[in-house]
Amino acid sequence: MIEVNRQGEVWVFAEAEAGKLSDVPLELLSKGRELADEISVPLGAVLLGGDGAADLSGSLISHGADKVYVVCDAKLDHYQTTPYTKVICDLIEEYKPQIMMYGATPIGRDLAPTVASSAKCGLTADCTDLQIGDHKPPGSDTVHENLLFQIRPAFGGNIIATIVNYDRWPQMATVREGVMVMPEVDESRTGEVINCTANLDEVELPLEIIESVRREKKVNLKAARIIVAGGAGVGSKDNFDQIHELARCLGAEVGGSRAAVDLGYVGHDHQVGQTGTTVRPALYIACGISGAVQHCAGMEDAGKILAINNDPDAPIFQVAHMGVVGDMNTVIPKLIKAIRSGAQ
Amino acid sequence: MGYNCVVCVKQVPDTKRITGDAMQEDGTVNRAALPAVFNPEDLNALEQALAIRDAHGGTVTAVAMGLPAACQVLREALCRGADRAILITDRRAAASDTLATSYILSCAIAKLSPDIVLCGRQAIDGDTAQVGPQLAEKLDMPVITYLEKLDALEGDTITVERNVGNGFEIVKAKLPVLVTVMDTANTPRPPAAKRIMKFKKARSRAEVEKVAENLLMDDYEDYTAELQASEVEKHCAALDEKGLLIEQWDLDFLQADLQWCGRSGSPTKVHRIQSVVLKGGEYKEYAPDDSSIGEMVASLIKDHTIG
Repeated sequence: MIEVNRQGEVWVFAEAEAGKLSDVPLELLSKGRELADEISVPLGAVLLGGDGAADLSGSLISHGADKVYVVCDAKLDHYQTTPYTKVICDLIEEYKPQIMMYGATPIGRDLAPTVASSAKCGLTADCTDLQIGDHKPPGSDTVHENLLFQIRPAFGGNIIATIVNYDRWPQMATVREGVMVMPEVDESRTGEVINCTANLDEVELPLEIIESVRREKKVNLKAARIIVAGGAGVGSKDNFDQIHELARCLGAEVGGSRAAVDLGYVGHDHQVGQTGTTVRPALYIACGISGAVQHCAGMEDAGKILAINNDPDAPIFQVAHMGVVGDMNTVIPKLIKAIRSGAQ
Repeated sequence: MGYNCVVCVKQVPDTKRITGDAMQEDGTVNRAALPAVFNPEDLNALEQALAIRDAHGGTVTAVAMGLPAACQVLREALCRGADRAILITDRRAAASDTLATSYILSCAIAKLSPDIVLCGRQAIDGDTAQVGPQLAEKLDMPVITYLEKLDALEGDTITVERNVGNGFEIVKAKLPVLVTVMDTANTPRPPAAKRIMKFKKARSRAEVEKVAENLLMDDYEDYTAELQASEVEKHCAALDEKGLLIEQWDLDFLQADLQWCGRSGSPTKVHRIQSVVLKGGEYKEYAPDDSSIGEMVASLIKDHTIG
């Protein structure tokens, strides 16, 4: 547990797998840069791994890190909660950062709470924005300055909550992939690489990893220029074929709301939203999607949003640029026809 | 042989069904106006514990931290097959964030000496998925998150298949462990009719006290505190004899350090809550007919949105 300080750094946990950095720590470096500059401290990346992990430090620096704390140890070769938690907590005790961000990935959502518990500090999950601000607790005259505002939808998405921690450091947050933008790469940037010892000799690994299978994501929503997405309103998996057809004729990627994924209409790789992927396509076509806040959080920055829904009061129409109130089973075929004839 | 399983269960507002009535003018949520439900993934955790007992024997204890109203989920846990139900309730636990909650739960669960602690992966109100891993850390147990399948349980070794998002992992560990269970892990068995008949009458002391208070006000002119207390004792003893008394623990019983509970034990604080304001902007509606849709597509082609 560390005390509040004003000189600690902003840190990003540099999640990596099989010798490759995940996208999300790089995205977090751009937000980290902003936060670090605002409170005038350096931006650090924390990189753990087995042999060769240090090779990734160059990329972290060219994406914006001023420092990379590297910890290499055989016990860190494959992610496991216990050794990773111990190493990060030791680093926190020694270097006393003010802020630490993690991707809200399966690893991040396993690691960050365990670190927070051990370090007895606060953690906010799935933040959709992070800012610096001041906070005056109700009934108190003290103003806590330059805190990390951890902003996220809550209560089924009906409210936006801003959370702060002001009496325990570090302030920690997890952020989903795609929420923050990828920073520009500047190969000429220089930074400091700090090699730290793992101190894991006394630590036994509680989990034996018998098998580990990763599959390549078949869908790249973040790179798609056009996305056609379906929601619960599509009605069935079979009916989702229409979404696929519209996507095909536009050369678009297929997306789905969380409801559509939960209902089995489309796979989880296609999920757009706060707990899926955040996307910024030039065109987002939302079919049978009501427009819950958590979904909108994942697509409201699209260039143009076209909504098709037979409920005129659906919240999606409030973020859309164009809308058709009608049954998507009649509208989509007309849309396909218009697109095919317009293409000639 | 059997395994002593402890399942953490939570009563949550049904956030999937929030209507306008639940939102108050100042942007806060009126929890009392929301129907409360058994947190969905906790049902999967309970089902996993029951499956372990079916296969290997042992006991399943459901533990809930909350207001006395949370007994509703404990009753449901008993109806679905749990052997024992414990309510952790104390005013001083109010406003606990995940850190304080996991501390309080750890004090309770440590008393039960479990072989396996099971939690749902996350609750539908906070959506943080933090309590499971934090509870494991405080119990000094390894955590195995995202259990999708229990592959094996033999002696003091457990083998679990985890869903890690872009794939899966099979891990083996020595008990005791804490697992967080995903909704894809199983289909919770429905409560057995006989158990519903029996356990719908289960009550915690706090619920008995509340009823006694109301009843005695009406029935007795010489209402005294002693009379009420003895009525409550009598009733609790009768419930206990029939196996219908939901155990109730408070922070004193847990010997919890109050500085780690409630507001003082919660580093995360709310700075502000805002009702959702969806971004407005230019919006044009098109009729669902060929001509309007054609017009819409033409405008998208014209500005090169569609190639």
